[in-house]
Amino acid sequence: MNRHNGTSKAFIHLHVNGETKEVGVRNADTLLSTLREKLGLTGAKRSCENGDCGACTVLVNGEPSHSCLSLAVEVVNLPITTIEGLLDSPVREAFVDKWAIQCGFCTPGFIVNCHALLTNHPDANEEIVEEWLQSNICRCTGYQEIKEVIHSLLGSNNHSIKKTHPGLSK
Amino acid sequence: MANTSWYTVGKPEQRIDAVEKSTGKVRYIGDYSAPGLMHAKLVKSTQAHAKIISVDTTEAWKMPGVRAIITGEMFPYHIGPILADRPPLAFEKVRYYGEPVAIIVADHEYQAKRATEKVKVEYEPLPIVNSAQQAFQKNAPLVHENAAQYTKIISDVYPKASTNIGSHIKIRKGDFDVAWANSEETITATYSFNLSDHVAMETRSTRVEINPAGKVIVHSCSQSPFTIKKVLNQFFNIDVGNILVHIPMVGGAFGGKGTVQLEPLAYLASKAVGGKLVKLEFDREEDMTTAPCRIGFDATVQLGVTKEGKLVAGKYTYLIDSGAYTDQAAGITRAAALDCTGPYNIPNVWCDSYCMYTNHPFATSFRGYGHPELTFAVERTMDQLAEKLQIDPLQFRIINGIKPGDTTPTQAVLTANNIGDLEKCINRAKELIKWDEGQCIKSGKNKVRTKGISTFWKTSTTATNAQAGAIIIFEADGSVNLNCAAIELGQGTKTILGQILAEKLGMDMNKIHVTMEVNTQYDPHQWRTVASSTTFLAGRAVVFAADHAIAQLKKTAAVVLQCSPDDLEVGGGRVYIKPDPTFGVDIKDIALGYTYPSGHSIEGQIVGIGKHIQRHLTPMDQQTGFGKPGPWWSVGVQAVEIELDTRDFTYSILTGVTVLDGGTIINPMTATQQMRGGMYMGLSYATSEKFVFDEHGIVKNSNLREYPMLRYGEQPTEYLVDFIESPAIDGPFGARGIGEYGVIGAPACLANSLSIATGMELNKLPLTPESIWQRKVEGTI
Amino acid sequence: MISFDFKYFKPSSVAETIEAYNGVHEQGEKALFISGGTEFITFARTNKIYTDAIIDSKGIPECNVLEMRDDNLVIGAAVSLNKITNSNLFPFLGATVKQIADHTSRNKITIGGNINSELIYKESILPLLLVDAKVKLAKGNDERAVLLNSVFNRKLNLSSGELLLQIIIDSSNIDLPYISLKRTKFSKVGYPVVSVAAILKDNRLRVAFSGVCGYPFRSDKIENIVNDSTIPVVNRIDQVMDNLPSSIVDDLQGSREYRAFVLKNVLLDVMEEMEMGE
Repeated sequence: MNRHNGTSKAFIHLHVNGETKEVGVRNADTLLSTLREKLGLTGAKRSCENGDCGACTVLVNGEPSHSCLSLAVEVVNLPITTIEGLLDSPVREAFVDKWAIQCGFCTPGFIVNCHALLTNHPDANEEIVEEWLQSNICRCTGYQEIKEVIHSLLGSNNHSIKKTHPGLSK
Repeated sequence: MANTSWYTVGKPEQRIDAVEKSTGKVRYIGDYSAPGLMHAKLVKSTQAHAKIISVDTTEAWKMPGVRAIITGEMFPYHIGPILADRPPLAFEKVRYYGEPVAIIVADHEYQAKRATEKVKVEYEPLPIVNSAQQAFQKNAPLVHENAAQYTKIISDVYPKASTNIGSHIKIRKGDFDVAWANSEETITATYSFNLSDHVAMETRSTRVEINPAGKVIVHSCSQSPFTIKKVLNQFFNIDVGNILVHIPMVGGAFGGKGTVQLEPLAYLASKAVGGKLVKLEFDREEDMTTAPCRIGFDATVQLGVTKEGKLVAGKYTYLIDSGAYTDQAAGITRAAALDCTGPYNIPNVWCDSYCMYTNHPFATSFRGYGHPELTFAVERTMDQLAEKLQIDPLQFRIINGIKPGDTTPTQAVLTANNIGDLEKCINRAKELIKWDEGQCIKSGKNKVRTKGISTFWKTSTTATNAQAGAIIIFEADGSVNLNCAAIELGQGTKTILGQILAEKLGMDMNKIHVTMEVNTQYDPHQWRTVASSTTFLAGRAVVFAADHAIAQLKKTAAVVLQCSPDDLEVGGGRVYIKPDPTFGVDIKDIALGYTYPSGHSIEGQIVGIGKHIQRHLTPMDQQTGFGKPGPWWSVGVQAVEIELDTRDFTYSILTGVTVLDGGTIINPMTATQQMRGGMYMGLSYATSEKFVFDEHGIVKNSNLREYPMLRYGEQPTEYLVDFIESPAIDGPFGARGIGEYGVIGAPACLANSLSIATGMELNKLPLTPESIWQRKVEGTI
Repeated sequence: MISFDFKYFKPSSVAETIEAYNGVHEQGEKALFISGGTEFITFARTNKIYTDAIIDSKGIPECNVLEMRDDNLVIGAAVSLNKITNSNLFPFLGATVKQIADHTSRNKITIGGNINSELIYKESILPLLLVDAKVKLAKGNDERAVLLNSVFNRKLNLSSGELLLQIIIDSSNIDLPYISLKRTKFSKVGYPVVSVAAILKDNRLRVAFSGVCGYPFRSDKIENIVNDSTIPVVNRIDQVMDNLPSSIVDDLQGSREYRAFVLKNVLLDVMEEMEMGE
């Protein structure tokens, strides 16, 4: 047990985008605020802080997660990937090519979630796509362009999505 | 396409902000933090209408990290964009749930929040005004005791003493009573549209500091940087020149970031801590209730018509629920009146549009500015009247469609240049929705597919002196920087303005560098980025700036090439002789002036300046509404096909059609983005969205868990978008505005389709399965 | 942003959990068990909950089990809803929990957390009530396995310091014909207007409800009615409506009357799908 944590603050190590980072946090700090305010990773956005909109989505252990619904202290030892760690993802390019970006505020969360979706389900049917993407709200696009992003990347011929497991390093 | 020889206008140039946005590297306002940045949090009203008996901050002061507490009596003045009726911090009484009552400034955000929980506010509840209808009743409780004494900031606002009327706008064109009496068929119907929220994904946020020289430096996610300066000057007595406003890219706005609310609060907060940099960021709940929302709307529409289906009389009574303060609702009250008829030519029009105070969160501009609401009322009435007349609803609309030569409700004269072609839009939408295949088809057990249609129009109601400017600065490599105060909210405006400049200079888009951030100190004045006005106003400014630069390029090149400037043409990064394009000079060689081999240099940097101000707009006459409110009207048509389960009233949206005549379309893909996204937004609030109030006026669903919106997969299965491009001779390359238009007809066409599917007149929004079921129950009692 | 501070413990065994709990308790402070922690964060942010310490059960091996053990399916309380669905070990439960919240949230929401939710829905309990699941509870040095029905009445009634470790389901109950129907206000993501789960065991329909009354429930009386094939289905449904254990919820998701309308339709669908006609 982490007995040292009988106080309300902690020094923890987070494994983010393949790097291990030491940060001091309040136990009450969410992963979202820690990424943004302590590590300068502001691609995950603060929007509802209630797990309802997906703007703060990051991968925890390869799974999409609302970073506003995790405490930073809950995810020590787990690999975390943010949008900043997915710059090579073909999903990111497809969002540009398919006109799926307007104000851009929901975009990082959507890209992270779409990346995980295509990693886990390279042949997803519409039902699976809908199930996954209902976790994110976009107020600008009306979703058609995002649907086109997914459709452009689906299919067994597409091997360009790599599993993102930066693992525990350094 | 009006002109296929264009270089870049009319082409789907990629958005200049897309790559950066896709990486998560764009710094929105809330993405900034720095050591020493202080945080402000608000104490908010827990009551919708109450006297403030006392505000006890004793315990809050004892909390760690607290550096300042500001309460309402420290700034007991009213501010507002149209009528100054809103105290930035409530004093003496609160008028809505969520209203700011005090500000706490602390070292850390959690400390500020914790201290807000320790402020004890004692209230004495007052009777609640919980709807616009109730507000309109004689002897209703008064939200404002002295509304008539507030200062008018602009002229077209008419608060009425001892009532809840914050403004009353009248249209009197022709003689309605006589025309109504002579009508061969008439209809009277009532409608309502509930309050809802913008829900931009980025919540509102600002930072303010006051430097030792007395400069007030504001960073904000606002659509109105120059209005921030105006408000801080007017109400806080700071010299305009000492106020600097910075706006980064904005994470969605939809009109909700057009008003000035946070900046004065953050200014007071910074002032209270000696000018230090203070951040005030709303959380989602505050963004939904403390910050302004969308109006509620009640309407009664009366239409009189001849047997042949020619409209002769229209009377419109609009009650706008503006919430606790008039803010932009006073302007919406006016905008709804001046376009009250929808795009129809009616000789006798009366309209009474009332801005009603209630104890709801106050309302401000929202994409469409009252037009989705009035269009819902008008277009439902058109469908019902067409049925009475046994005329095809599309034919009925074509018969009455407004055209050049007709006049608007304010008697503004329409010409081929200031109005689009409604009939073409109707016919194109008719094809796209496959109208002729039938408006109502049984599609399975308990399933029916129906189509509904709506026309719409809207002018761009700006200030009569609304303007924009642009400065273009040439780089040593021949590329060009474009600076202007148009704000990138997601609508793609910076790309469009870049395209206009690229077209004028005959230059590739990658040679145009548009400054994404706005800084009021080095960008020319722009009215605001609202009202679908930017392509027109800033676009024209860019055209002028380009012409200004071209003249300089030609002048320098003429010296170098030893010819007359009149002989020269600019394009492809060069200035060249018209008859022999191979003979010329590269722009990079003259961008910073031309240097001869001898070292002698001439002319210097090419800097283009352009500006444009609205021409011949007027306020409206108080008695008749007579006046010219806007430069042009874009018109369009929307349609949906839905499938309804007639047993449980669930439904899905199959197809959404938008056809818009927005003049020349500068970029068909960004324009399509606006139409799809607008339609989604209109359908989302027509199907689902509304604030729920309890009997005490408390908002019960101020978070995204309980405030329903359409999610992925619930949008129309396909959107079909097309444009009719009747050029506006005034506009840049013939363009009019388009940003708001995709939203306007969506609620109306949805309600029309569902009314056919259910066989009931559905005149209240939103249309959830529950509300349709409710209507059914009421109808069968 | 949670404004209050608290201690955080992540024990790696049941014994350490109890130790942490007692330690906090001895200082006169309040400790709260969390597993997914999503509800804790949303409630703490809006000051609907306060605690001096949270004890995270995700590090307890017993709470992370998801496997067949002999004739039982064992599900640790800290197993996420998506893991349950994806494992396909118990399709009925998988289908029901798939309707809770949204996909991303279900990576974090655990079955233990959902069952212990302060909200009225707790939809993951519905299949468990219908298959007579057992729960393994720990308190002090004692562990006990009891029928879920015996400790669940409107909510899971655990004593102070008692921790839900596991849910145990007899394998004979995991392949029965089932149906799980959730109706929402409009968007699929949202709290239920009505959620109904049913299985057919020994030719008898078992049915449980969420979003109808102020708590999830299963009722003998209602099951007797729905299984009475001497009565036409529509009349059975009317009788069910007359025999709900308490009045129908009236809230933001739907009015009382509307929920009744929806429930009748859903019951009709359930009866039709499960071929419960005359």
